[in-house]
Amino acid sequence: MSIESISLSGRKKVVSNKEMSFLERMYLLAIVKGMIITIKHLFTRKVTILYPEQVREMSPVYRGQHQLKRDELGRENCTACGLCALSCPAEAITMKAEERKPDEKHLYREEKYASIYEINMLRCIFCGLCEEACPKDAIYLTTSKLLVPSSYDREDFIFGKDKLVMPLDIAMKNAQLKNAK
Amino acid sequence: MDSTLIIEKSVIILVVFAITMLMAMYSTLAERKVAAWLQDRIGPNRAGKGGILQPLADGLKLFAKEEFEPDTPNRFLFFTGPALAMTTALMTSAVIPWGDKFHLFGRDIILQATDIDVALLYLIGVMSIGVYGIMIGGWASNNKFSLIGAVRAASQMISYEVAMGLSLIALLMMTGTLSLREISAQQAGLNWNVFYQPLSFFIFLICAFAETNRTPFDLAECETELVGGYHTEYSSMKMGFYLFAEYANMFISSTILAVLFFGGYNYPGMSWAVENWGVNIANVIGIGALFVKICGFIFLYMWVRWTIPRFRYDQLMHLGWRILIPLAIVNIMITGIVILRAEIFAYLGF
Repeated sequence: MSIESISLSGRKKVVSNKEMSFLERMYLLAIVKGMIITIKHLFTRKVTILYPEQVREMSPVYRGQHQLKRDELGRENCTACGLCALSCPAEAITMKAEERKPDEKHLYREEKYASIYEINMLRCIFCGLCEEACPKDAIYLTTSKLLVPSSYDREDFIFGKDKLVMPLDIAMKNAQLKNAK
Repeated sequence: MDSTLIIEKSVIILVVFAITMLMAMYSTLAERKVAAWLQDRIGPNRAGKGGILQPLADGLKLFAKEEFEPDTPNRFLFFTGPALAMTTALMTSAVIPWGDKFHLFGRDIILQATDIDVALLYLIGVMSIGVYGIMIGGWASNNKFSLIGAVRAASQMISYEVAMGLSLIALLMMTGTLSLREISAQQAGLNWNVFYQPLSFFIFLICAFAETNRTPFDLAECETELVGGYHTEYSSMKMGFYLFAEYANMFISSTILAVLFFGGYNYPGMSWAVENWGVNIANVIGIGALFVKICGFIFLYMWVRWTIPRFRYDQLMHLGWRILIPLAIVNIMITGIVILRAEIFAYLGF
């Protein structure tokens, strides 16, 4: 079998510049063929999604806004090891570690925590490598459909702990659900 | 002249004018809808139910737009162009028989603005004048794109007018009259001209596409080459008039196609309906039948537009002068032979 006769897609068509016959030169047959094709499309299902009312379904592997998790007691998981920042291909993550004081045991799970944790949303590519790198199950990319809001100021795109850490009430609710199971 | 006739004709003229405008308006919506459907989309559906108010919204938008004028020495002509395009588009509807007749208030009302005996000649004449609107507008715009568009439109119209006229001559040889009323009446029942003159119909159809500047003959306003063609410099309602005139032309030429070749207001079983249901009901159905045919042709225009790509200019001229005109002449000869077959047979001694 020669390479010329192989068609991987099954739609291979060899073009030729042969002289057209009289019927072909009238183009009428071709026009009728074309019109039959277009009229068929009149009855096909329309692909339009009526946006504000209908929303396109998200991919099952959709990765949205990051979140820093809390455990069942509402303590932050993050220990500021910096593996997420290291794994980040876009270098979007930065943090500053601090030692936990004795009276902060109810706030942080480990003895070290991140006093500053920032993700630059202009750099982030939502690849999810931070989530994979994290040994403490602290950072996750949620399925939140919230997009990063537009702004005139670059500072606004640097998300700190105020925007990233899971709200306490949600953490408590999660813990209750887990206990109920 | 008795005053009831004047009132009767005034009402008919007003109604025809309103219907032409309405059809032109909704043709714009239909165009967008058909285009969308043929491309697997839905089309405009926000203004009113299913987009039914879209033409009103479009009209309102055009009225509200800024009235821009280019720096042109021909300001008068610049204003005359769209007005002329609109006038000629509406003038053609005067001679079209929309139905046979109503019998109301003890008198026969002929559903036609005027029944002149040279109606067909008048139609061709007015349709030729239609190019002046485009020519004048394109010339007065003081813009090379407009001018090229106008020149193209003019040469295209002149080329296809010849083939169109010749194709109609074959039809006239058969009907023996120029009055559209009589031509309609001759096609009673299913005795439509298209069955006797398919070639003539075909040539006329192609020429009608060319005369109305529709794809595949829309070289006068081809966006890819000439920005907007002859209406590049127009804005606001002057632009709206040009677009409107195009759709009104489309409606009128669909009507002419329906009247000349597809029996006009005739439908199978019309004489039965006249006998059993009365003249009025039979003619209401007749008007309905005519409008179904017209809408069919309008759909054909749109269907073709979204199927066939535009011709190149030399191909357009080639088709007009070297194919359609000889074909029309051959058609005339064949028609002549068929009409005179008895004499020819007698002459040859059969």
